[in-house]
Amino acid sequence: MTPPLFEFDGVTIAGRERPRLADVYGRIPDAGVTVLAGPSGAGKSTLLRCCNRLEAPESGTIRFRGADIATLDPRQHRRRVGMVFQVPVAFAGSVLDNLRVADPTIDTDRAVELLQRADLDAGLLHRDAGTLSGGEAQRMVLARCLATGPEVLLMDEPTSALDGHSSQRLENLARQLGGQGLPLVWVTHDLRQMRRLADHLVVIIDGRWAWDGPPDAADSPPEVAAFLDQDLA
Amino acid sequence: MTNQVVAWSGLVASMVFVGLAIGISYWQQLRLERRIAVAVVRSLAQLMVVGVALVAVVKPSTPLVWSWLWVAAIVVFAGVTVARRAPAIPGLLKVSLACNATVAGLNLAVIYGFGIFPLEGRTLVPVAGMTIGNAMNAGVVGATRLAEVVAERRAEIEARVALGLPGPEALRPFIRQILRTAMGPQIESTAALGIVFLPGAMTGLVLAGVAPLDAVRTQLALMYVILAGVAMTTMFTVLGASRQVMTPDDRLLVVPRRRD
Repeated sequence: MTPPLFEFDGVTIAGRERPRLADVYGRIPDAGVTVLAGPSGAGKSTLLRCCNRLEAPESGTIRFRGADIATLDPRQHRRRVGMVFQVPVAFAGSVLDNLRVADPTIDTDRAVELLQRADLDAGLLHRDAGTLSGGEAQRMVLARCLATGPEVLLMDEPTSALDGHSSQRLENLARQLGGQGLPLVWVTHDLRQMRRLADHLVVIIDGRWAWDGPPDAADSPPEVAAFLDQDLA
Repeated sequence: MTNQVVAWSGLVASMVFVGLAIGISYWQQLRLERRIAVAVVRSLAQLMVVGVALVAVVKPSTPLVWSWLWVAAIVVFAGVTVARRAPAIPGLLKVSLACNATVAGLNLAVIYGFGIFPLEGRTLVPVAGMTIGNAMNAGVVGATRLAEVVAERRAEIEARVALGLPGPEALRPFIRQILRTAMGPQIESTAALGIVFLPGAMTGLVLAGVAPLDAVRTQLALMYVILAGVAMTTMFTVLGASRQVMTPDDRLLVVPRRRD
């Protein structure tokens, strides 16, 4: 049997007033787009950051394709598990310089190919990355992630700083990459976006793995159903 | 008392300038009045004690070990000062103590090894004080700037770490900038020597009756040693402290922003 993409086994991280993650058990499938949804401050981003090992649980185990990530080389693991953050961060220099931070050996042909995969014009390659629009910058960040040859993409509310048109382009791109066999884990509290994107849905509430299942959430418990029905009211 | 030194009345008169500094802080709402007052009172008390103690230490009959103990105390004080100025960086005290001790050792080895000064009580404490004092200032700038960068540029540092870059490499662009900032004032001081200001050691020697060219040679040698000390302390402190803000698996620790 194929192991899940990520498996959480009693994952806990303490917080000031309540745990940021409280004894999380669950699995993320190794295909398509999994959306982590939940109210703001529920622990979705914390869980995602644990997957890239930007944070480490105080107790519990996280497995990536069956391997405990605490036993994996952290740098190699991070290159296998690409991460796109809420606010696009362009490093100093050109777009090509940015791609070369991820992989210093990248030549122009490979760089152009990465830009095209991220729905960016090849003409931007030598542009100062600081002059890109928000949407372009976020897609450049995606191209930079793809430069490490990741086996999965973690997207932490990547459209929260973008306008509607740029958000739509990034969502289309995510669906496209998911369809090409690159699994994605996408965090959002936007329920409409969740419905547009999810092949599989995970709901996090108060640091707990409240439920997971198909995006129609037909058999979800009342607590989850109440959260998912919010924008339909 | 001679006309070569400031009389007590002159010292009291100089307090007018302290009042001016406090006045500026109050006018511009800098909230530095208390810190200025404390710094002035401390400088008065410390230098009075030092003045009395130096009389004993510089006597040719006093064993040199007392001067070395004094130097050790300067090193500890400098280390503690750096650590206190950037309390958000965990484990900074041991880093800054090690840096100041190493740099003091290297500086004094060069000064006395090359015979720039004779190894005597009257030279050891003042020379160590000047070199370590300047190095400490640069260390403070380096450590506080690092704490600010880690708090304010967290997103950029984590974006680099998330790409699989080793921690030191993720911090490298910032470290370079911090080192330039911390070393800048000493480079400027060295460049402006004799044009903008006449440095303390030289002024003191001239006031004490030493021939100006002899005083200049002494001052230049000291400035170059101080410059190297500043460069070394800044580098060791910032690189050492940068190891303290990351875990062995390159996770960036939470460094709170300063509130003042």
